[in-house]
Amino acid sequence: MPMERYYQPEIECASREQILAWQNERLVGQVHNVWDNVPYYRKKMEEKGLTPDDIKGVEDLHKLPFVTKDDLREAYPYGLVARPLKDCVRIQSTSGTTGKRVVAFYTQHDIDLWEDCCARAIVAAGGTNEDVCQVSYGYGLFTGGPGLNGGSHKVGCLTIPTSSGNTERQIMFIRDLNATILCCTPSYAAYIGETMKEMGLTPDQIPLKAGIFGAEAWSEEMRQDIQNTLGIKAYDIYGLTELSGPGVSFECSAQTGMHINEDHFIAEIIDPKTGEVLPEGEQGELVFTSITKEAFPLLRYRTRDICVLSHEKCSCGRTFVKMCKPRGRSDDMLIIKGVNVFPSQIETVLIAQGYQANYQLIVDRVNNTDTLEVMVEMTPENFSDNLGKINEMEKHLVAALKAMLGIYAKVRLVAPKTIARSEGKAVRVIDKRKI
Amino acid sequence: MTVYQISVFLENRTGQLAEITQILADNQINMCAISIAETSDYGVLRLIVDQPQKTTSILLEKGFILSKTPVTAVMVPDRPGGLAPVLQLIAEGEIDVEYMYSLFTHKAGNAYMVFRVSDNEKFTALLSQNGIHVADRQELGIGD
Repeated sequence: MPMERYYQPEIECASREQILAWQNERLVGQVHNVWDNVPYYRKKMEEKGLTPDDIKGVEDLHKLPFVTKDDLREAYPYGLVARPLKDCVRIQSTSGTTGKRVVAFYTQHDIDLWEDCCARAIVAAGGTNEDVCQVSYGYGLFTGGPGLNGGSHKVGCLTIPTSSGNTERQIMFIRDLNATILCCTPSYAAYIGETMKEMGLTPDQIPLKAGIFGAEAWSEEMRQDIQNTLGIKAYDIYGLTELSGPGVSFECSAQTGMHINEDHFIAEIIDPKTGEVLPEGEQGELVFTSITKEAFPLLRYRTRDICVLSHEKCSCGRTFVKMCKPRGRSDDMLIIKGVNVFPSQIETVLIAQGYQANYQLIVDRVNNTDTLEVMVEMTPENFSDNLGKINEMEKHLVAALKAMLGIYAKVRLVAPKTIARSEGKAVRVIDKRKI
Repeated sequence: MTVYQISVFLENRTGQLAEITQILADNQINMCAISIAETSDYGVLRLIVDQPQKTTSILLEKGFILSKTPVTAVMVPDRPGGLAPVLQLIAEGEIDVEYMYSLFTHKAGNAYMVFRVSDNEKFTALLSQNGIHVADRQELGIGD
């Protein structure tokens, strides 16, 4: 058993009293920050009859109103920014519920802390400055690439910023530059693994030793598969653009849950229906408060991820609370190829293109890659005796969906009334993935 | 008297075509021509029937999506080279053929071809100038 390594041992293994003291102080500071600098928050607090003086520490956190994705949409783009834009240096972005994207802002300090969080994850996976770290997450508005890239730099790894795609080139770099750590979505890791297997490579011929995989749900079985094919240890990482990106929590050698970086984020579990805070060990919706964020602080942000927290002592020595892999969603968001997809976004596109809002989404995982199929009913207006024209319409729809979602969705035109009109809640999504 | 084709959206699944032909049979509707254009997921069924209005209203009532399209039924001699001059005219007249198919007929010695072209007026004018016969509804036994 190799010795456990930490990026910031004094923080990651701090006493619970110390962690609570940091959280108390930072929470109080953050509440004052948003009260002073974000009218949107001040209004929300005033509506609850709260002033910053009511929040004296973590024990008062439950008094604060929640922030939801709807708030982010309403406040888009600058409504929740707590620093002058001249102090902000970056945005990252993810899908919103109905087309409006979520745009998160960062000061240089925010980026530093975010990269620290990612560095903790890399070191927890055994990374040192002698490692070669290939970042095969997408770079750009998506936080995966930039986050792990920054973390890898902080650790001092030789970083290969391949971004996603072009699997042959990925494999070439892994082999030629002896990459030892791979960061990407679990499905892409599985795909890379299978491609290598097809090339006749055995695990001992692959230099990788660890992988940090996140941005989508994956099962224990999938972990075993990836570990066996690539001959690595596969670590989970969790995060949300709204809070910073990957690195809100990360797995250690114990592989029994992800340690939440509690010096930056306070986690709560609530009943998604009533909003009541649930006692430790109970399953509910995960809520985060970012207590060190300067530009884009979120208080009690509802992640919609269903989760359980555990304070059980971890064999790795870290004292941060652990969260399980998210067990589901309390809303209808789908994560497809690591991208957040809301059925409402698809509905927006369909209506704009003259189709009925009656549709069905079929999500599947074929060869470890997520697929999305949108079944939509043909309408008299969109119908033509000319097959070419129908094809053209279909291509327009595919392009509009790609523009909205950021991923390819296959469109399947079906006859009217084919899609069941269910009574009450429509069955919009059929998720065939076994995760 | 323009000949109209009824185009019906077909989902590519077992039994769709049988369903439509059964509806036509049950309603004593006779088909004069049938053709299908398809992709792997869906298709367009093109029909010329003896009772277009009745067919349209029955299929609409059954929830099918359809459209009516004017087409040109051209009579050509039923012998080698019978169709070639027509297509030659189309090529010379720079008219685009969107699609074409044949029509069932009992008239000895002649065949009918159904054309959907980019410019219908130009096409019929060109045909009559060259003494090629364009069939009307009555000739094909098509009612209202």
